[in-house]
Amino acid sequence: MRIEKRVQSSKHMIYLSPVLAVVLTLLAGAALFQLLGHPPGESLYNYFINPVSDMYGLTELLVKVTPLLLCAIGLTLCFKGQVWNIGAEGQFLFAALMAGMVTLELADVEGFWVIPVILLSGALAGMAWAGVTAVLKTKFGANEILTTIMLNYVALNLLLWGVHGPLKDPDGYNFPESALFSEHTLLPLLSEDYRVTAAIFIALFMLAVVWFLLSKTLFGFQIRVLGESASAAKFAGFNQHRLIWLLLLFSGAMAGIAAVSEINGPVGQLIPTLNLGYGYAAIIVVFMGRMHPLGILLASILLGLTYVGGEMVQIEQGMPKSIIGLFQGMLLFFLLACDLFIHYRVVFDRWSTSPTMHTPTSTKVAE
Amino acid sequence: MDITLIENVLFATVRTATPLLLVALGAMMSERAGVLNLGQEGMVLMGAAVAFMASYVTSHMGLGVLAGAFAGMLVSVLFAFVALNLMANQVATGLALTIFGTGLSAFIGADYVGYSMIGLAPVELPLLSSIPLIGKALFAQDVLVYLAFGLFGLLWWVMRGTRLGLIIRSVGENPEASHALGYPVLKIRYVAVLFGGAMAGLAGAYLSLAYTPMWSEGIAAGRGWIALALVVFASWRITRVLLGAWLFGFASILHLLLQGSGYSISPNLLAMLPYVVTIVVLVMMQRKHGQSDAPRSLGQPFSSSR
Repeated sequence: MRIEKRVQSSKHMIYLSPVLAVVLTLLAGAALFQLLGHPPGESLYNYFINPVSDMYGLTELLVKVTPLLLCAIGLTLCFKGQVWNIGAEGQFLFAALMAGMVTLELADVEGFWVIPVILLSGALAGMAWAGVTAVLKTKFGANEILTTIMLNYVALNLLLWGVHGPLKDPDGYNFPESALFSEHTLLPLLSEDYRVTAAIFIALFMLAVVWFLLSKTLFGFQIRVLGESASAAKFAGFNQHRLIWLLLLFSGAMAGIAAVSEINGPVGQLIPTLNLGYGYAAIIVVFMGRMHPLGILLASILLGLTYVGGEMVQIEQGMPKSIIGLFQGMLLFFLLACDLFIHYRVVFDRWSTSPTMHTPTSTKVAE
Repeated sequence: MDITLIENVLFATVRTATPLLLVALGAMMSERAGVLNLGQEGMVLMGAAVAFMASYVTSHMGLGVLAGAFAGMLVSVLFAFVALNLMANQVATGLALTIFGTGLSAFIGADYVGYSMIGLAPVELPLLSSIPLIGKALFAQDVLVYLAFGLFGLLWWVMRGTRLGLIIRSVGENPEASHALGYPVLKIRYVAVLFGGAMAGLAGAYLSLAYTPMWSEGIAAGRGWIALALVVFASWRITRVLLGAWLFGFASILHLLLQGSGYSISPNLLAMLPYVVTIVVLVMMQRKHGQSDAPRSLGQPFSSSR
């Protein structure tokens, strides 16, 4: 048995590989539960089915999907242009801090413009934080992977500083938390009974916008060219630096809106544990979703499920919360492994004796 | 400034630099062989969790250290398999390893949060440790610091003057040519990645057994990433890795000096310092050298059947 390069990359495997990765993750998860002495069937049921078996669970899933989808929308454009923005997490946290400050300022002000202003402040803060990376990359050529990651840690420490220091609620019994946001600064709920807010519509709207951008406009084409070959982009006269700026700013804005959807939604205040890793999980969403809008939607539902399921087994079976990260890591590992079959196939030597079967004709070699 | 203060600062600098040095040496070796492994943070965390648990259960520090290094190596096999055998994108695979390692270490270590231990004790080398200024920093440390020095010396020698060093370098520069010359490119890359994993695991062991003898989720606090930046800073040169690690170590403990001299700055703002320094240093290095020093096949998959 050996692997052999395919003549043409497999279209089927592009879509099959995520499915395969999910199946393998479930199998590995079952093995893990067995190892820990939990019945695998029941545990997997608790993880993946129980949490979404009623209306409350389904709406909680949407609560997780909203920030994931928003972050992933921005990262999709970046990754398509080969701009490796690992900093959605930091952009999210910095925007949470800034939008949180604006929200606290507007605690006693009422008006139809309050929510839009908060959303805008989140988006701008996310853009500012991503803008730092853009400056470092375009002006100084610093590797964006490392700078965005460093900025994630800086943003987290800024948030911690905020809730331990100037933003700490004076009536909060010395907990490192801001005051609760006042009612009119919270995003409107879809229904009084559930925590899901109107932000899900912003996410879906932006998804449609990106779909249009990518498939119908010159801008989408430019991103793809930049991604495939920076020098080709240069020859074609595209301003590479401007594109990098646009991609990073857009992605920062999305992460910023994601932050508002979280703090002015289900959380309702600034707390030190806002770093649930949405920014990192969104990276997995983008890879799983094949950088395609519909794929991202499905993948963000899947990753959202790892969050609600993780919380469920935490409550039901007393497992540590970190099982979420464990499942997310496995998912990405299996996906990357299965992606091998997009460009390669397994050949069983015994069966491939027919010489015509795998010999590529020279005209067909596309790569 | 009095001399004991300087001695203490140098001592703390070397201690703080040790985990960075260990990770960076390992990362540099695998990058020299052409493999970019962004999973360092995950491997450090695995090393830290397993080292602490093993030491706690067996009450034996040495076993803990070995277990930590082994754990780092074990998870690096995952990376090696997916990135080398299956030729996946190394950036994405490294991220996967970090996400996975962060999750797994927190998961297996959950029962040990809040436990503490008596950490590795310093060993004062006679005579040497009484050298003024540098004696305490270099010769009154714990054994893992000495081990880091030893490994540094070993790798310096390997990369400087041995055939093995040359082969590793050529595999990173031009794998096709190395393959044509008959060197087992994939095998060498595997060993380089596994070595990097063991070094990261060792760094983790240092954190949870010596630096702060305890386990807490995310104890590595980005040191794996900082070490990766350190390799860029060092332009993949081994002596500069050591100097860089010391510089970063100094930057990380600068706040102790500030606090000591009476400035009161929020600890959260001070905690930002190493990351900010990393960014500044990256920018400075990039201006001076660009990417020109990087091994030429860094991050590119290799298949002999191509």
